[in-house]
This record gives sequence, C-alpha cells and structure tokens, in this order.
Amino acid sequence: MTHSLVNPYPAGQDAVQRIALGAFAIGLLALVIAAFGPGEEFPQLFFWLAVVLGPTGGAVYAVRNFLHRPAGVRNEQVWHRSLFNRGMVAWVFGIVLTGFYIALYWGPDSYWGSAALVRVFDPLSNLLTGSPADRWFLYGAVYTMAVLVMGLRAIAKYRHSNYQVVRTGSIMFFQLGFAFLIPQFLKAMDRPEFYFSYFWPLKPDYLWPEGGYYSFQWILDKGGLGLWMLLFAGVMTFIATPVLTYFFGKRWYCSWVCGCGGLANTAGDPFRQLSDKSLKAWKVERWMIHSVLLIIIAITLLLWVNSFLGGSILGNLSHTLSKLYAFIIIQAFSGVIGVGFYPLLGTRVWCRFGCPMAAYLGILQKYFSRFRITTNGGQCISCGNCSTYCEMGIDVKAYAQRGENIVRASCVGCGICATVCPRGVLKLENGPTHRDREVGNPIVFGNDGFRLRP
Amino acid sequence: MEVRSIVIIGNGISGITAARHIRKRCDDAITVISAESEHFFSRTALMYIYMGQMKYAHIKPYEDRFWEKNRISLRNARVAEVDFEERNLSFSDGSTMEYDVLILATGSSSNRFGWPGQDFKGVQGLYSLQNLESMERDTQGIGRAVIVGGGLIGIEMAEMLATRRIPVTFLVREEGFWNNVLPKEESDMVTRHIRSHHIDLRLSTELKEITADEGGRARAVVTTAGEEIPCQFVGLTAGVHPNIDLVKNTPLETDRGILVDSFLRTNMPDVYALGDCAQHREPQAGRASIEQVWYTGRIMGETVAATVCGEPTAYRPGIWFNSAKFFDMEYQTYGTVPAQPRQGSDSLWWEHPNGKQGLRIVFDSRTKAVLGFNAMGIRLRHTVCDQWIREGAHLDQVIKNLKQADFNPEFTPFAVRY
Repeated sequence: MTHSLVNPYPAGQDAVQRIALGAFAIGLLALVIAAFGPGEEFPQLFFWLAVVLGPTGGAVYAVRNFLHRPAGVRNEQVWHRSLFNRGMVAWVFGIVLTGFYIALYWGPDSYWGSAALVRVFDPLSNLLTGSPADRWFLYGAVYTMAVLVMGLRAIAKYRHSNYQVVRTGSIMFFQLGFAFLIPQFLKAMDRPEFYFSYFWPLKPDYLWPEGGYYSFQWILDKGGLGLWMLLFAGVMTFIATPVLTYFFGKRWYCSWVCGCGGLANTAGDPFRQLSDKSLKAWKVERWMIHSVLLIIIAITLLLWVNSFLGGSILGNLSHTLSKLYAFIIIQAFSGVIGVGFYPLLGTRVWCRFGCPMAAYLGILQKYFSRFRITTNGGQCISCGNCSTYCEMGIDVKAYAQRGENIVRASCVGCGICATVCPRGVLKLENGPTHRDREVGNPIVFGNDGFRLRP
Repeated sequence: MEVRSIVIIGNGISGITAARHIRKRCDDAITVISAESEHFFSRTALMYIYMGQMKYAHIKPYEDRFWEKNRISLRNARVAEVDFEERNLSFSDGSTMEYDVLILATGSSSNRFGWPGQDFKGVQGLYSLQNLESMERDTQGIGRAVIVGGGLIGIEMAEMLATRRIPVTFLVREEGFWNNVLPKEESDMVTRHIRSHHIDLRLSTELKEITADEGGRARAVVTTAGEEIPCQFVGLTAGVHPNIDLVKNTPLETDRGILVDSFLRTNMPDVYALGDCAQHREPQAGRASIEQVWYTGRIMGETVAATVCGEPTAYRPGIWFNSAKFFDMEYQTYGTVPAQPRQGSDSLWWEHPNGKQGLRIVFDSRTKAVLGFNAMGIRLRHTVCDQWIREGAHLDQVIKNLKQADFNPEFTPFAVRY
C-alpha cells in the first residue's frame, strides 16, 4: 500500500516548493559569497540574488507549506524538531544570529565602512535615499524583509483566524512603512531620520535634551518639521499611550505596531513555545523590566535637570550615560539577547524582561484598561496549549482552569492562546469598563452549575 | 478537631479536584494515590504529546511544587486491595496504609468486546499514559493503522496518527459518526470533515477479527463484511467502562460502576466514589447514571469535598455542557440536544454554505423555551447559553440576541443568519 493514497500531508514538497526552496538557498549562498568580496564588484547581480530572489523563494516556500495543509492550528511536530526544541540545529542558528548582532553593533567601522556585504544593498539604498547603504541600512532592510517574509508565513499559518490575519498585516505595514520607508525618505530629504512608531521610553533619546544621536536638540535643529516630530513623540508618550491602552490594552502597540513585537510574531513565531513559564521567571521578569523603566526615568530626569542647570551636575557625563544605556540595554539586551537567543529562550525576551515601553504599557494595562482575556465559563480542560504557546511565558491555563479572566501586565494581546485553544475557552475582549476586568467571573461549582465567586 | 487521614485513589481530574477543594475547606491529611503517574496531568491532552504539540511537562496543570505547598501527599503506587471493614489499603509492594475517609476516583478502562486477536501486539485502546507510550512504540514506521469505534477517542487517535503521516482506516459501526450523540446534520458535517483530512472512514462497518504475523503482532483486520485490511496497528476505541476491578468481590456495592447516592456516598461508611468510576443510583432527570466527562468529574470533585468537610452537598450539576474538537472543527454543546428528534421539542439548524460551521437551537414545541445548543465551528459564550436555558428564554428572544452569545475572536464575522 502506498502512502500517497490516504496521506494527510504530502511527505515531500511539490515542484513549486522545491523551486522556491532552491531560490532561497541561492539567495543565502549569494549573500555569503558577496560578503567575501564579489559583492563590491557586482552589487546589482548580488542584489537581485540575495535581496530579491532569496526572500521571495523563502516566502513562497513557507506560505505554500501551510496552504498545503488544512486551515487550523498547525503546531504538530513542533517539539519533535531540533530547531524548535533547543536541539543542535537551534544552537547553531542561535550562535549565527548572535554573532551577526555582535558584528553589527560592535564591529569596527574599518570593517563595515568597506564591507562588500553592505554593497549588495546599495541598489535598494540608492533607490530609496539616493545614497549608498551603510550597516544600519543593511540591518533595517534585512529586519524588514524578515518581518515581511515570515509575516506572509504567519498569515498562511493562522489564516483561519481573522484576528491573526489582520494583526499580522498591521505589524507588517508598520514595519515596512513607519520603521523602514518613511525614515529612509526623511533621510533622503535631509530631514531627521525619525521613527514615528517608536516613542520614549523605548526610544528614550527622543525626549532627552542632548546626548543621544536622536536627541531633542538634534531634532529641533532640523527646523519646523523637527518641532512637529517632537510634539508627536510627546503626545504619543504621555497622551495617546494611556488613552489607547485604556481602551485596547497594551496590544495596540506591542502586537500591532512595534517592530520588536513585529519580528517576534513573524520571524519568531516558530520559537514562541520556548518561553519560560515558571513562577520564578515571572518574578525575575517583574524585577528586571520595572528596573529598566526606573533607570530610564531617572536618566531622563537627570539629563533635563543637568541641562537646565547648564551642566553643573553632570558636566559632560550625559553623553557617557546615554552611551552606556544604548550599549547595555538597547544593543546587548534588545539586540544580541533579544533576537540572537530566539532559538534558545524564545521570542519576546526583550519585550518581557527589558523593554521599558512594555513596562509602562503593562502598568497601565494592569491597573487602568478595559482589556482582558475572558475565560468561557467552565469549558477549560487544562490541556496546556495556551500556556505552551504563550510567548510572554504567562501560565494562561492557571487562570482559565479556575474560570478567571486573565489580566496580566505582560500580556501583549497577540491572541495566540485563544487561537490554539481546542475548546473555544479564551477570548480577547475590551470590556465596557476597566472595573469589571477581574471580578464577577463565574466558576463551575458542584452544586447546580454556576455560582459567582465570592 | 482531630486530623483525619483522607485517602484518594486516582489522580485524574475528579480525584485531584476533590483533593484541592478539601484542602481549601479543611486541615485534614490528604494523600492521593496513583499507579499511573506521579503527578496529575490533563488526560484530554495526551494526544498532543504524540502530535509533538506539547511535551508531558506542558500537560501538567500545576507546577510540581504545588502539591507540597498545599500539603497534598502524592504516592505513585498501585493499591492491590481495600479492606473496608478495617479501613486499610494494601499496596502491590506489600505495604499498607490506614484511612479515615476513602475517595475512589479510579477512572475508566477501554472497552474490549472479546474480538478475536484483541490482545495481539500493536492492538490497544487510548486512555492512560502507558497507552500513549505503547502507541508511540508500536506506530514507528508502520504503513497503516486501523481504528475501531467511532467515538471521541477514536477520532483523536485518527488525528494523532494523521499528524505522523500514517494512513488511517477508521471503522465505525453506526451509519453516521457519533450519531448516538450528534443529530444527523452535525454528524454528517463531522463525517465530511474527517474525510477531508484524508481519513479512510468506513461507516456501518464492524470488526470481525484481528490477525497477526508469526511474531504475534497485528498484521490485518477483517471486517464482518469479510474485507481484510492490512495494518500494523489497531486502535480499539469503542468506549470505556468504569475501572472497578479493585473493588470487585468486596462489600462495596457495584453494578457497572461503584454505586453512589446523590452525595456520592457508597454503601460503606466514609467511602465515596466519583468521576468515571461512579454510577449514580438515582441520576437527575435527563442525566446518565455514569458520566465520563472531564467537566462532570470536576464538578463531582468539588461536591464531594464539601460533603467530606462537613457541609453535605448533593451532586446537582446544573445545565449540561460539553465540548470536543474533531480535527480542526470545534464543537460545543449546552443543555439538552437529543440525537434523534424527540416528542415535545423541535430544533432549528443553521449551516454555513462552507459546510464547516453550524448551529442548532433546541426548543420546547409548545412554549418555545430554549432547551439546548449545538455549536459546530462556532464559539458560544457559556454563561449566556446557561442563563438562557435556565430561564427558559423564548426562542425569538434568543435568536434576536444571539450576538450576546458570540465568543468568537475579534474580527470574526458572526456568521449565523436566519
């Protein structure tokens, strides 16, 4: 009896997938070859191979892989595969990713200034900005491509859930438009390379008087547009964030707009199950993330006081302070550990343990928001799918099996718990008020069905 | 008050719920005994381990530290004998233990109807952790599996094997899948869905015998129609029965299960039984005497805890509810939805043109009071359905306000239209 007759999922790939996979491999190979020199000599050729052909092949392959199978939760075999279960392949991938980030952030200018790899991105950079690429353009382009390619994959994988489809579309849109194209266009027009999708405290220098590359003063020096940008940044941080979080929870940012969340929910999606769900991890998380928030508030206040007093407190120390913050928190934490360790610690390590914006949003969500995840009466069977696939390491079932709503500062509202639940138990909701988010939820009681929890 | 020794045999959802709620209510010593596993795990999630969707650690509802913190002693051992007169347990390793209160939550065993060949290697049911282990072992590299019996465990097994790309032939005695529970339209919908997942579903087909190779391992099944289907694994999933071997030939009164009154008391003093292994002497109107469902086990656990801790509470489980998932198709039910049309009640059935979503509302023919819901591929809000049924809400009101019962994710158009 042949397998093919009654075989749910074709064991091999079809011709289109094989061609697409080949294209992806050629793109990857081209990137490696280009880096050793030829990229400088033939930037056009390697651009088409590595930046156009490779990612297109990757997207076609990944999308088709899911369209081949029925729409539904397709997490089968996740723990049987080395890459997704901290096996050897995962370690190799993690080391390569981490190495890339170390080279990117701390590699010497002497290397990056003349790197053949960067030249591969010149055609795209010339098109968008009119000038050749640098390492940061390369990073932005690779990052955006990862979000787009893996975003298409996520849409194919979760196509049975409109929430996931719309949300993934949103993070792809914001990454491409707000975090890549608009800043490049601004740069081309000799305007501040401003990111409208990042605000203080995630992008602290926007509200620093001086010191950072993007500081207040630096933007202000760019004239009228600069002033408008600063106004936008201030309004987003102090007015829009609390208002939007009150109505929708922190998800409006973390799972719909932010590029860090965007990468986690697209490129990182295959690794989401690796997050640590233990009580201990939750404890560490609360200490760390709120410490980072306090540090960033303290630095910001100090810098402003110092600025008002004409530098009499810190003198030139502001520069050092902001440099130190950028090195430890932004580069080492959000980049090297946050993304480099995807295959080992899961996605959202930065969002969970380090991001001061997430801490700020989390406090708002926990104490002043209509958002909650509702548990559907007594339908929970404690199966554990929700907790396993929670990228923030929340033990969702601990609440669901007690019939309680889930109101957690860290919940980014990605909605995967509700998507993977086999019994329709969880629903992300914006309630009519913030007051009822944790109370009045019925649980099953032995005597005549529902009874309100005292 | 003196501290009693409360011993619970069985660490499934019933026994564990009892233990947790006894701990909430009183200070007695609690011991939970299980031969199957050291810790409580979600039986309904066993399938996901085989599917590679979760690991064993993920299906444990509580962290291991939970038990010590709540002073619930766990004992991974097999009880060989219960002496109800002396209030004494003896274990298979020869040790003994005394109890003041005994709670029996021994669960179920898979049905085997004496089919020829049912004990060959590669033939098994799916209930326990040990079953899962043998299934893992016996399905390595096989060419085909046959599943016999069209209930919830059968379809789970089919899904499990399908994710390993093992071709499955699914023998169902009835002419419609699970049609002793599901009305025809729902049953047809699930039947189509099973086949869309490339399962070779054979309705109205019964097993005659299983044949084996020289090594005593299953090599084919033969149907009553005489067809031989070569296979290397046979799943027997024709239901379960109360696991009461431990208490047979003792003073404890049993029938199919351990007989209990509405307070879950057996005929022996301070001995209770609950969950799958219990058989209610006088079940509530409309309820079965043996209920083998996660949710009822949980409710019985909570009920018996109250009784044991001095607040005698009868098992009155309220409005029936249940849920399942057939491959990618979710199913929820609330209230009374008979499989066959019943005198005095009517029903409305709506089905989406895609054939994958459906909603049935059962109502009283005369008063039009709503009696039950079946939702296929649609999520309904438990509390709202429960309230409508409890209050006997009028059909027109329910249809008008159906959106209140919508529990689907945001951006899902509420598809139901009349």
